[in-house]
Amino acid sequence: MFLYILKRVLATIPVMVIVAIFVFLLLRLTPGDPAAILAGDAATPAQLERIRERLGLNDPLLTQFITWMGQLLRGDLGTSLLSNTSVAGMLADRLGPTINIALMTIVISVVMAVPMGVIAAWRHRTWVDFLVMSFSVLGFSVPVFVIGYILIQIFAIDLRWVPVQGYKSPADGFGAFFSRAILPSLTLATIYIALIARMTRASMLEVLGEDYIRTARAKGVRENVVLFRHALRNAAVPILTIIGTGFALLISGVVVTESVFNIPGIGRLTVDAILARDYPVIQAMILLTAGIYVFVNLLVDISYSFFDPRIRY
Amino acid sequence: MEFKSKDFTDSRRVLKIRKLKVGLTGRPNAAPVLNEIDLDIRAGETHCLVGESGSGKSVTSLAVMGLLPKDALEIQGGLIDLEGVEITYAKPSVMRALRARRIAMIFQEPMTALNPVLRVGEQIEEVLNMHTDLSQAEAKKRTLDMMEQVHLPDVDRIYQAFPHQLSGGQRQRIMIAMALILDPDLLIADEPTTALDVTTQLQILRLIAEMQERHGTAVLFITHDMGVVAEIADTVSVMQKGRIVERAPIRDLLTNPQEDYTKKLLMAVPNLAPRAARAPATAKDVIIVKGLDMTYGGGGFLRRSEGVKAARDVNFTIKPGRTLGIVGESGSGKSTVARCIMRLIDPTAGKVSVAGTEIAQLSRRQLQPYRKHLQIVFQDPYRSLNPRWTVARSLCEGPINFGTSKEEAMDKAAELMELVDLPRDALDRYPHQFSGGQRQRIAIARAVAMKPDLLVADEAVSALDVSVQAQVLDLLDDIQDKFGVAMLFITHDLRVAAQICDEVLVMQKGLVVEHGPADEVLSNPRHDYTRTLIEAAPGRHWDFANFRAMERVPALKGATA
Repeated sequence: MFLYILKRVLATIPVMVIVAIFVFLLLRLTPGDPAAILAGDAATPAQLERIRERLGLNDPLLTQFITWMGQLLRGDLGTSLLSNTSVAGMLADRLGPTINIALMTIVISVVMAVPMGVIAAWRHRTWVDFLVMSFSVLGFSVPVFVIGYILIQIFAIDLRWVPVQGYKSPADGFGAFFSRAILPSLTLATIYIALIARMTRASMLEVLGEDYIRTARAKGVRENVVLFRHALRNAAVPILTIIGTGFALLISGVVVTESVFNIPGIGRLTVDAILARDYPVIQAMILLTAGIYVFVNLLVDISYSFFDPRIRY
Repeated sequence: MEFKSKDFTDSRRVLKIRKLKVGLTGRPNAAPVLNEIDLDIRAGETHCLVGESGSGKSVTSLAVMGLLPKDALEIQGGLIDLEGVEITYAKPSVMRALRARRIAMIFQEPMTALNPVLRVGEQIEEVLNMHTDLSQAEAKKRTLDMMEQVHLPDVDRIYQAFPHQLSGGQRQRIMIAMALILDPDLLIADEPTTALDVTTQLQILRLIAEMQERHGTAVLFITHDMGVVAEIADTVSVMQKGRIVERAPIRDLLTNPQEDYTKKLLMAVPNLAPRAARAPATAKDVIIVKGLDMTYGGGGFLRRSEGVKAARDVNFTIKPGRTLGIVGESGSGKSTVARCIMRLIDPTAGKVSVAGTEIAQLSRRQLQPYRKHLQIVFQDPYRSLNPRWTVARSLCEGPINFGTSKEEAMDKAAELMELVDLPRDALDRYPHQFSGGQRQRIAIARAVAMKPDLLVADEAVSALDVSVQAQVLDLLDDIQDKFGVAMLFITHDLRVAAQICDEVLVMQKGLVVEHGPADEVLSNPRHDYTRTLIEAAPGRHWDFANFRAMERVPALKGATA
């Protein structure tokens, strides 16, 4: 088990190195002088030279890369061109809201979608199954921002149960956090509920046809035990994959929701950075997103072996 | 041969089935799947239900268990009575309480019948948790005790194991422990030894008999293997197309079958006496295999592993028109050898020369022109034909790849269909429109279309019913006569090997332990392992096709069965 985890962890290193090389080259290989890109249109030659000197752009490419990697490993992601503050600090401020919303979204999705999928598979081809599948199609096809605005209209404006927009950290009280996070989480969750419910249903349908399910019934095991103890664990691997990918997608894909609900997360940071051509921030965002993908996939891989003892590499 | 002959008329009747009718759900007028079945089993009796696939054996057992798939099959009449209580239309909760306590069941494939993600000990214990009020400690103690009763070694360790960590025999012992832990009145065994090796099969059959003796359990044993029936049955029911056509005590059924269908079934059982030796061929060898080695795995990233030596120093030659059989149990390396020769996998060392060319070390590209000399037929025709391709497309693909024109390939395909006894106009159909035996004929036609020098048959008849098996073996014989093709026949079934092989090579754990003319190897085996294999073959003292004992039982030193 330990060996397996160690192997998986070691395997993430080359992936991250390749991403780092790509991010490094992004700026260097963009047509034109990086210093000119960084300095903007109105820069004087003296300013350009100062930037070149500061970024070490006059050194050979390899030296530049090694210096850059060195900084990266020390956690130094550079300085934002726009705000002139440290990029690492900016990310740290913005990551909290995004991760909290993503976690809440994924918890809501799993808690709703997995039982829905299990019951749909159990009552295959009945009205229950039909209802779950219809909801699933709806969840896929309605755009996120439409759902967001509808939820705001109903729960924030008409019913006045929760604030329209904004964000409070859980540190300021769970109630304050929850009332502001619930609508964006529900908005984001619709598509993941649809996705996870579908995957759960498909995976369960396959497992319910297996011989060991018949064995369980032949032992006189109750149906709920058959479903949740015998079947669901065997159906877990594809469901976990979807949940993992979903979580990673959530963190990198919250741009729209954060705009609609005015949440100061990394989604909005990215939009602002791209509009302002704030290259150090964009680089950091790419690294961060890739890192989250790799980390979540690592967790998913390790959790497979927890659910299925046959998986040992 | 000794048959069981105890009379059960005075014993308690455990199961009574009268005029049981099972049909498609919601369609009472469609042809029934079970048509007025009558069945009686008494305490301590072993009743065998035999018949070919699709005859309704398994449906009968599922109906008794109340496990018919609701949306497909339903009981449409008749009566099922367990110890005097009618359970024909019992409520699900009532049936659930009966299962494991009064009726228990074991299945064919213990690997898939056990839940792969739960420890086997927990799976046995679950039965106790569901049906008794035992405390955790008592339940565990009883589970370990039961595991000892089914002769599992080192029960504390095995309790903690997952199914994939056990051997096939151990898994089936777990299934038996699970089924018998609450001492049920009736045990239904649905082909419980079909997926096991012969030596393991023998142990499991003995275990079931021992448990039955100890607890007086009535056993309904479903099988298609007449050899097994001869060994274990007190009484037999023969099923055909949802009806029971004949019912008799075992000796009567085997010596004096009344119904034509029963006779047909028995006559299709191949016997262990080897075929008459054919004149040795004089032509040059089609294939020469020398010092073939195959090691799987090895290397490793953090820990170096030795790898598995699946085949070691295998040598043989085959002449045109002759058949070599490789026999052995699972894991013996027989399929590895076939795959190496086909170059579906690359042998680690050794020489394979086909049609005068050394192919073992050729690259994939260099090998391409030689592929047509070697063709293979696999075990499972349901999976070896592309389900989205018409038969015509499957038959033409190979020849077209080797430069035959499309029209010519189509003509050839039509001829091939006739050769394998299928109608020409079936060319436009898809594989799912054929029965298992027909599909295997198509798979053979596909192989023959390439005009190979060597035809490899990897367990090619193992998935078929005996009567179909006999027809396919005849077909292979015809094809060999007609085209003079050499054949490598991989099988675990000594009876089949005896029917078709000129020479036999016995493998055990990757090593060839015996190699010689079929007649000699099967009637006068020299190696202990060969002897064990032959002795484990159920019903080997009975000549089923002639309704009498074997005239020439392979004379083994100290053999008893």
